[in-house]
Amino acid sequence: MKTTTMTTTFAVICVLISSVLIFGSLARAQKHVIDGRQRWSYEAMTQAPETARVRRNPLAADPDAVAAGGKLYELHCNECHGEKAGGTRWGPSLLRPEVQNAAPGAVFWVLTNGVVRHGMPVWSKLPEPERWQIVTFVQSLKSRPDRQLGGPTR
Amino acid sequence: MADRPASRPGANLFSRLLFPALVLCFLASAASSALAQESPYIVTYDHYLEEPGSLEVEYFSTFGTQRGGNDFDAFWAEFEFGVTAWWTTELYVAGQTTFNDSTIFTGTRWENRFRLLQREHFVNPVLYIEFENTDGADKILKEVEGHDVESDYAEPNGILRQEHDHELEMKLLLSSTFKGWNVALNPITTKNLLPSEPWEFAYAIGASHPLAMKALPNRCNFCRENFIAGVEMYGGLGDAQSPGLHDTSHYLAPVLAWNLPSDWTVRLSTGFGLNDNSHRVLVRWGLSREFSGFGELVSRLFGGRP
Repeated sequence: MKTTTMTTTFAVICVLISSVLIFGSLARAQKHVIDGRQRWSYEAMTQAPETARVRRNPLAADPDAVAAGGKLYELHCNECHGEKAGGTRWGPSLLRPEVQNAAPGAVFWVLTNGVVRHGMPVWSKLPEPERWQIVTFVQSLKSRPDRQLGGPTR
Repeated sequence: MADRPASRPGANLFSRLLFPALVLCFLASAASSALAQESPYIVTYDHYLEEPGSLEVEYFSTFGTQRGGNDFDAFWAEFEFGVTAWWTTELYVAGQTTFNDSTIFTGTRWENRFRLLQREHFVNPVLYIEFENTDGADKILKEVEGHDVESDYAEPNGILRQEHDHELEMKLLLSSTFKGWNVALNPITTKNLLPSEPWEFAYAIGASHPLAMKALPNRCNFCRENFIAGVEMYGGLGDAQSPGLHDTSHYLAPVLAWNLPSDWTVRLSTGFGLNDNSHRVLVRWGLSREFSGFGELVSRLFGGRP
């Protein structure tokens, strides 16, 4: 009897988890599709409080910051924002002026707090200097000839 | 119906533990991998959830010394999926080997964690709700609750597994990260779904810090930025009928996580019992790999947009 009960419970748990996986994934897959096009809002960039916005990037002059930030970008951000930061269905382009021309403190604030409602997790688990390295890398893309600025509005 | 004999542990384990694990690993192999920045804790939880759409497959082992009985090695596999940025769901399947006794499957757990606040605050709360379907031979000691003491685990597996537990476990995960330090506090309460069983209480606290705050420009396996060290402490706080520290066990454990650029994370921990009711030593290790794009794979399988 005990074995039967355990098997039944295990099966029920598997069905519930499968449902979560399937419906969660489908919901996520279609979350940002409106009228057949993907659209992203950069509203989060404007929501950074003034105290965060005015923070200066302490690693702006660090000669290793861009390379280290590029490595961190590849490890943590690539999946959603794309190999060339041009955006994917999971995350917006970081080549847009809304990001490239934003105050470094605002980009840092968004990275730290995430945009949880729209699927971007918080990244405060990365130490603060590593987050600044990522900000340095991302905002260096506007001056790099191998990157195309102003990606599609996604 | 008689219980399944303990003389067929191998077949039991393969059908119930290894087979589902292999299926999920096969599915996960179709997804791409991504580096996780995992905390070193094994018992304590911080407030960071799985990235949306990512599946983390984890294997953990706990070797425990046992006075008055045989030492044991309990093991469990975890499949952790980020449903959204504020919801992570996780399935555990667990078993154990008690030396000079047997190897048995001990049950399943389904865990859900919900982030309560949208943004980062000094203290970040996450609600944890878990349903456990385990037997009395469960020795993973993922949490130490109520009046759990070492002698509870001394009986042979054949006797222990006659007890069958359906439990609801809730935790409030409070976690703060400041200047690289993470400090986490988890008050825990557990209720066996039998009406006669009281609410049990427990705690887990942890602190950790990466060995380096800045990343090097090049990829490296042994550079300090890949290591996070810390310590955690956990134990029981009695139950509703008899709250307090009497007849409870407590552990203090240094912990270390090694996040490899090749997408694997290794965790190590040696827990030391802090009183006579505790196992003297709990040696734990874990190996995990995160697969990004798993949600997209499932979505495609069921007709979602490519």
